[in-house]
Amino acid sequence: MRPSPARTPFIVRLGASFDARGWRLSGLFAAFALIAVPVMHLALPADHPLHLSTWFITLVGKILCYAIVAVAMDLIWGYGGILSLGHGLFFALGGYGFGMYLMRQIGRDGSYQSDLPDFMVFLDWKELPWFWVGSDSFLWAVLLVLVVPALIAFVFGYFAFRSRIKGVYFSIITQALTYAAMLLFFRNETGFGGNNGFTDFKRILGHPITAPETRVVLFALSALALIGTLLLARYLVRSKFGRVLTAIRDAESRVMFIGYNPLWYKLFVWTLSAMLCAVAGALYVPQVGIINPSEMSVGNSIEIAIWVAVGGRGTLIGPVIGAFLVNLAKSWFTVSFPEYWLFFLGTLFIVATLYLPQGVVGLWLRLRARRRGKGAAAGEPPAAVAKGVGA
Amino acid sequence: MHKLRLLLAICLLGISCAQAAIDPELLKPLADDDSDRRIAAILALVEAAPEEAQPVLKAMAEDSLALAGERVVILGEGGRVFDAASKRELTPPPAGVETIGINNRVRRELASALAALRLFSAERAVRWQAAQEVNQNADAKMLPLLERALAAEQDAAIRARLQLARAQASLGSSDADVRLDAVRTLGESSDPRVRQLLLPLTQKQGDDWLEPDSAVRAAAGTSIRSIEQRLAWADNLGRAFTGLSLGSILLLAALGLAITYGVMGVINMAHGELLMVGAYSAWAMQSVFRAHLPGALDWYLLAAIPVGFLSAALVGVLMERIVIRHLYGRPLETLLATWGISLFLMQVARTLFGAQNVEVANPGWMAGGVELLPNLLLPWNRIIIVAFSIAVLVAMWAILNLSRLGMFVRAVTQNRPMAGCVGVPTGRIDTLAFGLGAGIAGLGGVALSQIANVGPDMGQGYIVDSFMVVVLGGVGQLAGAVWAALGLGVFTKFLEGWTGAVVAKIVVLVLIIVFIQKRPQGLFALKGRFVES
Repeated sequence: MRPSPARTPFIVRLGASFDARGWRLSGLFAAFALIAVPVMHLALPADHPLHLSTWFITLVGKILCYAIVAVAMDLIWGYGGILSLGHGLFFALGGYGFGMYLMRQIGRDGSYQSDLPDFMVFLDWKELPWFWVGSDSFLWAVLLVLVVPALIAFVFGYFAFRSRIKGVYFSIITQALTYAAMLLFFRNETGFGGNNGFTDFKRILGHPITAPETRVVLFALSALALIGTLLLARYLVRSKFGRVLTAIRDAESRVMFIGYNPLWYKLFVWTLSAMLCAVAGALYVPQVGIINPSEMSVGNSIEIAIWVAVGGRGTLIGPVIGAFLVNLAKSWFTVSFPEYWLFFLGTLFIVATLYLPQGVVGLWLRLRARRRGKGAAAGEPPAAVAKGVGA
Repeated sequence: MHKLRLLLAICLLGISCAQAAIDPELLKPLADDDSDRRIAAILALVEAAPEEAQPVLKAMAEDSLALAGERVVILGEGGRVFDAASKRELTPPPAGVETIGINNRVRRELASALAALRLFSAERAVRWQAAQEVNQNADAKMLPLLERALAAEQDAAIRARLQLARAQASLGSSDADVRLDAVRTLGESSDPRVRQLLLPLTQKQGDDWLEPDSAVRAAAGTSIRSIEQRLAWADNLGRAFTGLSLGSILLLAALGLAITYGVMGVINMAHGELLMVGAYSAWAMQSVFRAHLPGALDWYLLAAIPVGFLSAALVGVLMERIVIRHLYGRPLETLLATWGISLFLMQVARTLFGAQNVEVANPGWMAGGVELLPNLLLPWNRIIIVAFSIAVLVAMWAILNLSRLGMFVRAVTQNRPMAGCVGVPTGRIDTLAFGLGAGIAGLGGVALSQIANVGPDMGQGYIVDSFMVVVLGGVGQLAGAVWAALGLGVFTKFLEGWTGAVVAKIVVLVLIIVFIQKRPQGLFALKGRFVES
């Protein structure tokens, strides 16, 4: 692909991926996250009806991170046809990468008043292991968050896609990878806090981590990251790259015979997806205040897939809606009826796959299409989501 | 404890009529303040009157030997007091009875003395047990006793044990020939402790050999080497067996999956929960037997086998009818839907039986084990599970290859439209085949209930492993699953020997991932027309 001389700059093309309505919606959302939320949380007194509680900020901030993960998952599953059951791993790796920095920021305020993180004192380690070198620098932490998961995804993906492992096989070995990583991180000797992981953070870039101002900033960053992710994803799927990717999803052999090598397309989107997950993980950890190996559990990664399935695969707003719906339901159920949450989630998995192949977005589009064109064949899915996403 | 005391008391009463009294002078030093003298007294007592000494020493070990003035007495049930020498009950009980307390050192001596005394028991089983125990802690003080026991012993196996014990006891002898003899005899042992005993003989302390006689030293070296050889053998044999046992567990967990995934191509993430259904059936049968047939409690497991099979098969048939049948040909959706079913079943188990693990006891006939070598014990429950998995495997092979249902299943998986054309009810066959796979998972669950925790979350632990077995073995193959399960089991156990359990597991997972890259079709690939892109 030789760039043609009259090419428009990348940033313009990126900006052009959203249509006017898309920009209006993002603008509204950004205004809400960047202006309304800080005002309602910081300026309004706690008993004001419009006051947003810390609980709300944390919950929504958390779900914003999940939404990024869902969009990342949708990129490879909805558009690439690759179901990964290992995205929890990249999310957790991002969290751990940034968590290392947060652990070092505790300084001597830990319960052992040592320069080393508490769990290392507990293990009787005398100095930082080699992979902790540089972890007191914020920039290094950002680099770790971006590079380590990308590297792992690249190497794993290169070999898997080169061997043309796909469909369920790929899902199962990504699951095995996550499972192996979880076992590894559960060990104390691995050097990431074992069972307990990282917690008790004190500050970030010198600011107290639990202060309302810090929370608001983290919330705004998560919102911006989500908008950025959506923009990038939109750009990708509308580009030529996205068309080839979708073609690979639907008929890989034909794409190969035309002369494309699916390896690089899959590998790029897989690595990108892993990086997006890692960024989400890094934003998630300071807001939630803990990261431990259970984030890599088999169930967590599958749950990501259900956010996407509920919202609607192959659409970009769908995963965001799905992440919000499922996680809001989760936080409501686990408080009100903890014993019914798994019943609900289990049923959701079944109903979403049996009756909502295109998720709620697909359902909505179908209803709208039916209302508009009364004469048209009822139930005919619109072109945007016409193609079922199978293995 | 009270029962025991009563029994003891009755014994004592019985003995008291039949047996001669012990010399009270022998008993008195038992109450001495000095431990050395008390130990000497114990040994003297054993020497002088092996048969009469036993109840006294037993009482002493149980803290019911007491001193009443000058007289040594045994405290019986309900405040009754017996004279230790004559075993007669003292009425009225004497005042000022003071229990003779013993420290750990004395207690050890008592235990070995009691064990030594049992060497003279009339029952072979008791003598055999005692000979085993004496082997654990034979020392020079026991030599005369061992000699006497050897002289009286007729049974060859027990004699061999006693000779080993005597050899251990005579290592400290001052006569070099006796030591040489002892060292040579010990070379025939395969007990790690004997090796520890012999090791000092080949070592130096400062400039002097611990063992002055060079012939004894050389013999000790030879003996140690032959023991070590035997030990290494037993170690590897033991690892191979635990590997085999792990392999059979993996196989049981994966066999059902070999049908549902391997043959039918359905990704069943609720497979672990079908194992759980089987395990809970075992627990339910145990409860039923406990409530209604307490006499036959030991046999609940036999009833659990059909119940486990049927209940898991029923759940499987329901799953297939309600959900999976609508998703054939869409494996990723099947994966998600069955994951949902697995969450659902887990919560059902939690609601019905509680979030805690339930307790499933091994029946009596599964307790214990076969001692192949002194350091190699094969537990019965493991042996039975290996046998059970072989039986399940054979049954499954027979169903798939010999029965009409099996033929239909194979026909449908090979060419569905053609099978339908010749009149095979493909829909019903799918349901039955899935039910069969689920039922076999239930059988695996019954077996797992005997060695693993039974709880709502138990299935989650097996899901990754079972998929690894099927994927490694190659889809659509029973033989592949068998080799993969056994290979994984043995390999994991040998790896655990030098890396520890968790690292071994990680290494195995990573190796499988790497292996799949090389051979995506598994160990045993299907050839020819079944191979699809």
